[in-house]
Amino acid sequence: MFGLWNFDGGIHLPAHKAESTLAPMQVAELPKELIYPLMMRNGEKAKPLVSTGEQVRRGQIVVGADGWMNPPLHAATSGKVRGIEQRLWPQPSSLVGDCIVIDVDGDDESVEFQGTANYASIQPGELLDKIHAAGIVGLGGAAFPTAVKLNPQPYAIDTLLLNGAECEPYITCDDSLLRHFPREVLGGAKLLMHILGVNRCLLAVGEDMQDAIIALEKAQSEGEYGNIHIIPVPAIYPTGGEKQLIKVLTGREVPAHGIPAQIGVICQNVATAAAIHKAITTGEPLISRIVTITGRGVLHPQNLLARIGTPVAELVEHCGGYTDSAERLIMGGPMMGFALPTDDLPITKATNCILVAGQGEVIHDKQAMPCIRCGACATACPVSLLPQQLYWHARADNLERVMDCHLPDCIECGCCDIVCPSHIPLVQYFRSAKSKVAAKERESLKADHARLRYEARQARKEREKLEKAESAKRKKALLYNTTKIQQKSEPVP
Amino acid sequence: MLAFVVLCAVFAFFGLILGYASIRFKVEGNPIVEKINALLPQTQCGQCLYPGCRPYAEAIASGKADINQCPPGGEAGVKALAGLLGLEAKPLDPELGSEKPKRVAVIDEKKCIGCTLCIQACPVDAILGAPKLMHTVIASECTGCDLCLPPCPVDCIMMEAL
Repeated sequence: MFGLWNFDGGIHLPAHKAESTLAPMQVAELPKELIYPLMMRNGEKAKPLVSTGEQVRRGQIVVGADGWMNPPLHAATSGKVRGIEQRLWPQPSSLVGDCIVIDVDGDDESVEFQGTANYASIQPGELLDKIHAAGIVGLGGAAFPTAVKLNPQPYAIDTLLLNGAECEPYITCDDSLLRHFPREVLGGAKLLMHILGVNRCLLAVGEDMQDAIIALEKAQSEGEYGNIHIIPVPAIYPTGGEKQLIKVLTGREVPAHGIPAQIGVICQNVATAAAIHKAITTGEPLISRIVTITGRGVLHPQNLLARIGTPVAELVEHCGGYTDSAERLIMGGPMMGFALPTDDLPITKATNCILVAGQGEVIHDKQAMPCIRCGACATACPVSLLPQQLYWHARADNLERVMDCHLPDCIECGCCDIVCPSHIPLVQYFRSAKSKVAAKERESLKADHARLRYEARQARKEREKLEKAESAKRKKALLYNTTKIQQKSEPVP
Repeated sequence: MLAFVVLCAVFAFFGLILGYASIRFKVEGNPIVEKINALLPQTQCGQCLYPGCRPYAEAIASGKADINQCPPGGEAGVKALAGLLGLEAKPLDPELGSEKPKRVAVIDEKKCIGCTLCIQACPVDAILGAPKLMHTVIASECTGCDLCLPPCPVDCIMMEAL
């Protein structure tokens, strides 16, 4: 048995997990339409590979890859492209942008997939190409491209960590995955160990997910899954945060501004591992995922295996529709999710949960009051920051001081919000300050660039002036010489 | 007498060290100019009445110019300069213009006659073209300084908000 470490801070939250785990997981029906927002990680617009009226099949690439940071996106079922429409994007700022909209024909016709169960003979580099081509990103919520994370050069990796801790309230999609597909997760773990060349895998499971642990242990006893250790971790929020989980399981701390690979660990979500297993062994790209539909605002909360791109409305309908108390739609959990303005937005690869909050469930009509400097937020902060200091400086728009207080280390977990007796929406201030810092950085980069160009131009003008003076001098000398020769040669005839 | 000689020797010794250090560690240029220049927005627009950000930075450093003459830098820029130089922040000089949102120049390519006047006016070489051939603005390089507007004989350059 492994000894466990602790991280500073964190809080116990009411789990609200039973609501969605009582009913078994279901496969969602084929949606009537699929929506694919054309957004890339860096906020730029992605280019579609399909055009209006084109017939697409399941697994066909609709948005091409753009470098390693933007893996391709595949159609989740067959249908006809209705067009590229301006729609709301499912992201916190509710931007409007281009989306591919596909009318589903219901045949679910697919392109041919080619997989291999015998991956041991394939080079890790080639497997990474396949993972990238299958469009796999981190399914825990951040959607970081998996192939990039699995290439930790130049760091040496000794431990693979699979994250099934799922500590945020309401969300049970990983629990559901572990109960229904333990073999896929363990197979994915084996595959990842092969890619990384490590022989130790720690599979963290929330200690309140007993059914999942039993299913995993049963699957492990039936198959060849050596060196994979299933470890129950305490259900303290945010144990499932990457850096927190690494601390709990290995006692190592990821350095500020650093990545886990620096301390020899690669952390992947369990759903990502299962998706990798599927992509390599069957050849099917990432086109579906498990999503938790829960909250008091939905009639039958449950987990659904849904196609990526399905509108939220159709998933809620599958769960019996809204109840009378439905008040707000949240994509993600109550702590880290963001509100959706309407329900015709699609789920993305990063969507783990749709929370239909009932009246008074997550929103409180408490007004924010002045900070009383109690320090409760500093005690709760899992990354040992000083939220009250950050708050003062963020309010005053003092970006320099905010950076001195290590703003980039904030994981936006929301612990400080919950414990604040004055109900100050601290994380909102931090998110806003982060984007202001990023904007300022962009501006200063641009200013540096303009300065270089200005200086280069000044230097060029200076050089041209000198060259002009030089050539004028040369011409003058030439002219002088020729007139002299002429003068000399004139008297001869 | 001995004390006097020893003191003289000590002074001479330190004098030599100081003399060496002033040559060995000589600072090229005025470092405060670099620091001021780093705070300026590098629009190179000349609204401060100096022909670019660096000349303005030099003027501030030598006390010839005030810190509130840079409209693109805005109030935040004045505040940053005041912080660096230990001065009191003041509002922008209203005679020199006001803070505007970021913009880029766009050339109406149907109207352009290829006179190259705007190319010569651009302080950051952001306009591409040749005589009697249509010109165009490299949007990523444009600082939105407006300097290309007055020389254009056919008024085909527009400033568009970013």
